Amino acid sequence: MYYFDPHIHMVSRVTDDYEMLAKMGCVGMSEPAFWAGFDRGSVDGFRDYFRQLTEFEPKRASWYRVQHYTWLCINAKEAENVSLSREVIAMIPEFLDRPGVLGIGEIGLNKNTKNESIVFGEHLDLAMKTDEQILIHTPHLEDKYQGTRMILDMLCDDSRIDHNRVLVDHVEEHTIRAVLDEGFWAGMTLYPVSKCTPERAVDMVEMYGPERLLVNSAGDWGPSKPTAVPDFILAMRLRGHPESLIRRIVYDNPLRFFSGSRNFDFTPPEVYQAAGL
Amino acid sequence: MPIPLDGPEVLNREFLEIRARLLQIAASLDRMDRAAGTVRSDGRLQQIQRALAILQGSAADRVEQIQLVFSRPYEANWKATFARDRTKS
Repeated sequence: MYYFDPHIHMVSRVTDDYEMLAKMGCVGMSEPAFWAGFDRGSVDGFRDYFRQLTEFEPKRASWYRVQHYTWLCINAKEAENVSLSREVIAMIPEFLDRPGVLGIGEIGLNKNTKNESIVFGEHLDLAMKTDEQILIHTPHLEDKYQGTRMILDMLCDDSRIDHNRVLVDHVEEHTIRAVLDEGFWAGMTLYPVSKCTPERAVDMVEMYGPERLLVNSAGDWGPSKPTAVPDFILAMRLRGHPESLIRRIVYDNPLRFFSGSRNFDFTPPEVYQAAGL
Repeated sequence: MPIPLDGPEVLNREFLEIRARLLQIAASLDRMDRAAGTVRSDGRLQQIQRALAILQGSAADRVEQIQLVFSRPYEANWKATFARDRTKS
């Protein structure tokens, strides 16, 4: 089955992972900007990172016929430095018209602090001024519930925001309902320990249905599994769900959401096949 | 959305996995007891005990309840708190 991984950090993965993902059916992916494992020291560090996301990663992905897209921001972990964050936010528009840039993300909260909320709000303002879609990171572990509620407060208080153009990622059992009830898209992240397992993701599909629901690996430099979406596909099959339902979640839904971004130009794999490529 | 499997099928498939996970939890608790030093007053152990109590209940949303046991509470007036902090600083 062809699938799309809507949240994966390929800058942290080796080229062999692109090949492996292509062999497992991955035809597209989107890569939000995130924390590199250390705080960057200047706006030029981010400028170089955005060049990597918009120039080299799409090229590396294309070697295996995987279509690579990206989202730009300064992530919540580095948002404690408000002055640097403002420099980065001012620089982001340099990249917004590049091919494959889907919007602003992954913005959000980490430890639910005042500075994080300020920088989150300024990212929202940029997205509204530039008519971009938004991809949101929700905090980990004990901070997730509080942080997700705070994020929803800020989104719902801003009348400029079209909820259908926002993806709230890393939802779990205690946050998914509020996200979907407000009309946002929800992403389930399959992490070995700290987030959600494929089996629990299938449970949430059964409880909430497939509408506006995505599943991703969020594979990065830490303990994570870039092939987690195929794990989810298998878990759905073993549970007895039809292929049409699985395809809707791992292929149709991502394409539907990403189609709201002006730089989303996707060639379906069937086009390559018809052309004999 | 209907679940394709019925209850007996779920139990047949998952019994050994559930058994293994319960043994893993029991072994972790035993290991803490055998080790030097006490964790009796550690809030994390109290969270674990509250989660285990939820497992013994019959509510249909055990996962969500346990998630909330391990979550910081949401404070609806967080914006006012941040604004007050800003004024002070």
